[in-house]
Amino acid sequence: MSKVLEVSDLTVAYGAIRAVRNVSFRVEPGELVTIVGANGAGKTTVLNALCGLRDIRGGRIRLGTTDITHLPPQDRVALGLSQVPEGRRLFPRMTVAENLEIGAYTRREAAAVAADLEWVLELFPRLRERGRQLAGTLSGGEQQMVAMGRAVMARPDVLVLDEPTMGLAPQIVDLVLDALRAINANGVTVLLVEQNAYRALEIADRAFVLESGEIVMTGTGAELLDHPDIRNAYLGYDA
Amino acid sequence: MAPRHERLEALAEWRRQSTWVDGVLLAIRLGVAATILVGFGGSLVAGTYSIGNIASFVVFGLTIGCIYALVALGYTMVYGILRMINFAHGDVMMVGSFGGLFAADALSGAGVLEAAPLLSLPLVVAAGMVVGAGVALGVERIAYRPFLHVRSLAPLICAIGMSFVLQYAARGLFGSRNRAYPGFGWMERTFEVGGLTIPMLQVVAFVAAGVMLAGLLAVVRLTRLGRAMRAVAEDRDAAALVGIDVGRVIVATFAIGGAMAGVAGVLYALVFKQITVFLGFSLGIKGFAAAILGGIGNLPGALVGGLVLGLAEALGPALLLEGFALPAPYQFKDVIGYAMLVMVLIFRPQGLLGERLADKRA
Repeated sequence: MSKVLEVSDLTVAYGAIRAVRNVSFRVEPGELVTIVGANGAGKTTVLNALCGLRDIRGGRIRLGTTDITHLPPQDRVALGLSQVPEGRRLFPRMTVAENLEIGAYTRREAAAVAADLEWVLELFPRLRERGRQLAGTLSGGEQQMVAMGRAVMARPDVLVLDEPTMGLAPQIVDLVLDALRAINANGVTVLLVEQNAYRALEIADRAFVLESGEIVMTGTGAELLDHPDIRNAYLGYDA
Repeated sequence: MAPRHERLEALAEWRRQSTWVDGVLLAIRLGVAATILVGFGGSLVAGTYSIGNIASFVVFGLTIGCIYALVALGYTMVYGILRMINFAHGDVMMVGSFGGLFAADALSGAGVLEAAPLLSLPLVVAAGMVVGAGVALGVERIAYRPFLHVRSLAPLICAIGMSFVLQYAARGLFGSRNRAYPGFGWMERTFEVGGLTIPMLQVVAFVAAGVMLAGLLAVVRLTRLGRAMRAVAEDRDAAALVGIDVGRVIVATFAIGGAMAGVAGVLYALVFKQITVFLGFSLGIKGFAAAILGGIGNLPGALVGGLVLGLAEALGPALLLEGFALPAPYQFKDVIGYAMLVMVLIFRPQGLLGERLADKRA
């Protein structure tokens, strides 16, 4: 069963500069939610605060019934929150198989892990023949698949992704987003940060718009796709 | 081989592109090659050393090389994970060696050491490991943990401070004179193979070091902890994001490195029969050199670096310098060792097995 992710009054600061200010949102179990925003709006900062990589100035983060605000990153993973980080961040000198297996680092049930590995390989058949190859030698699209597979191997309740389509060819973008929908359909709650706002809004149940560290708009994916301000600012054409 | 005119063209191309620095580097290479050839030829002509002598140099070189490798592992493991040299590592090894000494003294006092050296040796080594690991954990706690999330040189400075603290604390507690290890019964003898006389303890030290090295490589390659260590070394944040407790991996790394240093300290004492509190500096810098030589951050590199350094020191004076009719060629062993280190740094800065740092990130 998936868990709700609830963020209230989140504030993150770099020195005197508050990069994220009083951000509150809720992601319901099973939803696919996207955060849209320009470069430097604070999207990555929000995700890193969620995963415990960044100290926060104020606010609370709750996963299911657990307050995870002050937990270290590894405990959040064990509780069911995984991130596919920006730039993929694979372990380049480990094989593809090792990268996937280390995704299940917090889990002990070997049989269930093996079943999930099989599921990941069905999701990304291309990785099957690449098992013994070093992750650093893969193409960008294949690396993104490994990064997503690695995060899924932790069997998360909530999966957050930071720019998973960055720098990928259009047909690979399709592949990655299709896989993301399949993961979501499998019961995993998804929080997606994307610069490619159009593609993200297309598949999202709901979306937030983050501007200068604050949420300025929320709505369903379809609503925001049709919203004149969004079309202007993020989709690159006039209303 | 390429045709003659192509070779001439390549030479002309090199001359066009080369600067005076390239010329100097080439001169160094030629100078070293000439030294080695003249020295080696002279050694052969002089014929001071028999094949048996050479073989015993090789055995000694391998033994001391394995000990260097054990020390080098600690440097290279910590560097791999923190990108920082642990300058207190040599003194961790020294304290571990004293831990072994006290265990050996106690066993000797009880008469166990003489009677059952094969049983006692693991106990003495274990004492060195426990003390080494414990001291390394202290160094991590004091000099490294407070700076885990800070990008600064502070841990480096603190580690140098810890090095002095350990060295002078040991000096105050144990005195600065040489301390002799007690005898290990039948292991003190020598044995003969094909007319070659080999001290038993050298073989014991070699085997023990080999077992430790193999065990460590197996841990890093095959276990969950080893995989976590490799992950943290490659990308600390990504490791945290897959659920690895980075702090605990760092602690484990220091503990393992310290234990290996403790083993090295004990084995060194077995071969040389005595230790001082200044051992940390001299053997520590050798281990550091071995780690750099093999390519710092690279575990097999530490092994290769240690063996190459040990063999160069053991064989170099006899094979290369004898021909120059020097009064005391063996005193040049450190000159050879460090000259080799400098040459590797000039011509292959990434070390023998290392990769260029620029390639680190995929």
